[in-house]
Amino acid sequence: MLAFAIRRFGQSLFVLVVMSFLVFLGVYAIGNPIELLVNPQADEAERVRATAALGLDKPMLEQYATFLVRGVQGDLGRSFVFNVPAIQLILAKLPATLELALAAMVIAIALGIPLGLIAGLRPDSFVGRTIMAGSILGFSLPTFWVGLVLIMLFSVHLGWLPPNGRGQTVMLLGIPVSFLTWDGLQHLAMPALNLALFKLSLLIRLTRASTREAVLQDYVKFARAKGLGPGRVIGVHVLKNILIPIVTVIGLELGSVIAFAIITESIFAWPGTGKLLIDSINQLDRPVIVAYLLVIVAIFITINFVVDVLYSVLDPRVRLGATAGAH
Amino acid sequence: MGIITGDAPTRPQPAPAAESPWRRFASEFAESRLALLGLAMLVVIVGLALAAPLVSPQNPYDLAQLDIMDSKLPPGEHSAATGKSYLLGTDDQGRDMLSGIFYGIRISLFVGVTSTVIALSLGLALGLAAAYFGGRIDALIMRIADIQLSFPAILIALVLLAVLGQGVDKIIVALVTVQWAYYARTVRSSALVERQKEYMEAAQVLALSRPRIVFRHLLPNCLPPLIVVATVQVAHAIQLEAALSFLGLGLPITEPSIGLLISNGFQYLLSGKYWISFYPGLALLLTIVAINLVADQLRDVLNPRLKK
Repeated sequence: MLAFAIRRFGQSLFVLVVMSFLVFLGVYAIGNPIELLVNPQADEAERVRATAALGLDKPMLEQYATFLVRGVQGDLGRSFVFNVPAIQLILAKLPATLELALAAMVIAIALGIPLGLIAGLRPDSFVGRTIMAGSILGFSLPTFWVGLVLIMLFSVHLGWLPPNGRGQTVMLLGIPVSFLTWDGLQHLAMPALNLALFKLSLLIRLTRASTREAVLQDYVKFARAKGLGPGRVIGVHVLKNILIPIVTVIGLELGSVIAFAIITESIFAWPGTGKLLIDSINQLDRPVIVAYLLVIVAIFITINFVVDVLYSVLDPRVRLGATAGAH
Repeated sequence: MGIITGDAPTRPQPAPAAESPWRRFASEFAESRLALLGLAMLVVIVGLALAAPLVSPQNPYDLAQLDIMDSKLPPGEHSAATGKSYLLGTDDQGRDMLSGIFYGIRISLFVGVTSTVIALSLGLALGLAAAYFGGRIDALIMRIADIQLSFPAILIALVLLAVLGQGVDKIIVALVTVQWAYYARTVRSSALVERQKEYMEAAQVLALSRPRIVFRHLLPNCLPPLIVVATVQVAHAIQLEAALSFLGLGLPITEPSIGLLISNGFQYLLSGKYWISFYPGLALLLTIVAINLVADQLRDVLNPRLKK
């Protein structure tokens, strides 16, 4: 177990280093930020001084080495635009993104598993078919367009919910959250629902498929033959067995929710990291882009690592080591 | 290789051909009315996209045909100058939305299908190589695919486009980069299964040449799962392109795809001018629903495990 965890950790670290190099290399190729940062009327000497001050005159490998050494110390460079440490910018926006992602995941789980169970237990009924048709629609709906339709309906037409922003926040353990105030909750509702839609469809399909397989198994027949009520058969025997793949997918999808939040945040002007990334790309704010990507990559690698280890703990059938690295 | 993969039927038609496998395939496909509806929708959409210059009331890219006085007219409103009516209204530049949608779908489909075909060819070559050579080549290709697939497509595409800039060619490069790994993985796993089968042994016993074994015997048998993945991926590619264009990182404004049309209308949404965003989104939705309906049925028809 420990050996598996250590080796998996080593792989994660390796991926992080490779990604950091690729990200640095890639971002380095975007235009010359000096053109944007220096006053167009500045003379050549001024340009050279600014380039040197930002460390942009050194060879690229040297820049990467400096970047890596500082990165390990938690310094991912200063934003060209805001002139504050990039990591500070990211960390200031991260709670908003995480809150949105978690809220979306909670909606997806709270609706997806029950609906999937119903569709799996009654695949040919009207309700089952309707749920499945809904999930196809959920897969097909372009996230950003749903966001627009939600704004159109609830903000412009009905005027119930605010179209953008995060609303009033309160501090919870030193982190600003909006779900504890009525105003914040109103602001959170549409973006979270928007972000949840795709994952909701995915969870419905996954739960339905697993349920259909599980109800045919001998242990379910046996539980029924013992005279257990349907509630107990489904709630304990079926649910327990279908939960393992579902938990894995939920874990892995959490990362992708954070990535897809980029779109949702742009639509609802949610002040999170995704919006910061888009703004930074448009302004060629290189350190912020690099810092965002590294933080996201680190989050991803951590989630993958935890899910892999948890999976081998939860399911003894997963042979340790044999499937390391593969999902 | 390109010839074999190039004509992979991403939009298979129930061919009236005489060969029995095709006929059986067509009749099995036709069992689902929903799938037939999807296919019909797809044929209409593709037809309209291909014939966009013929069926559009105006050429939305020709600035001379646009009248700024007609900007942001609601659906059904008539042009002040020519008296022509705009069925779905106009956008901020006085562009007829209906024409914009036809042309936009054309670009979206082109980008989706082209990137899928290239990614399919690339993934097919790498996946077959991984399965056939095994060892280090296999490990190298599949580890790269693993690492890549552990990150969401949108993130990778976003970074690539941030680096590459805008343009049709660039978005295709980004879409190919995020898609190849799905194909490589699918081909590798089905090739590994097929390799164990008796017809492969027979081909080897017959002392057929290696290329012949790989391309005539192994490859055709790996295609069915690949077709399913490709159909789903066309829809994904179109969605991804639309999302990237919506974020302002996809196509340039001179060639508005569906995503860009939606993005363009977004700023007028809060003032109640819904049609600039709403109708292009509806067109995108219908296209993707049609592809997904066809893909769903293809998956069932081509899946040997569901055969009665």
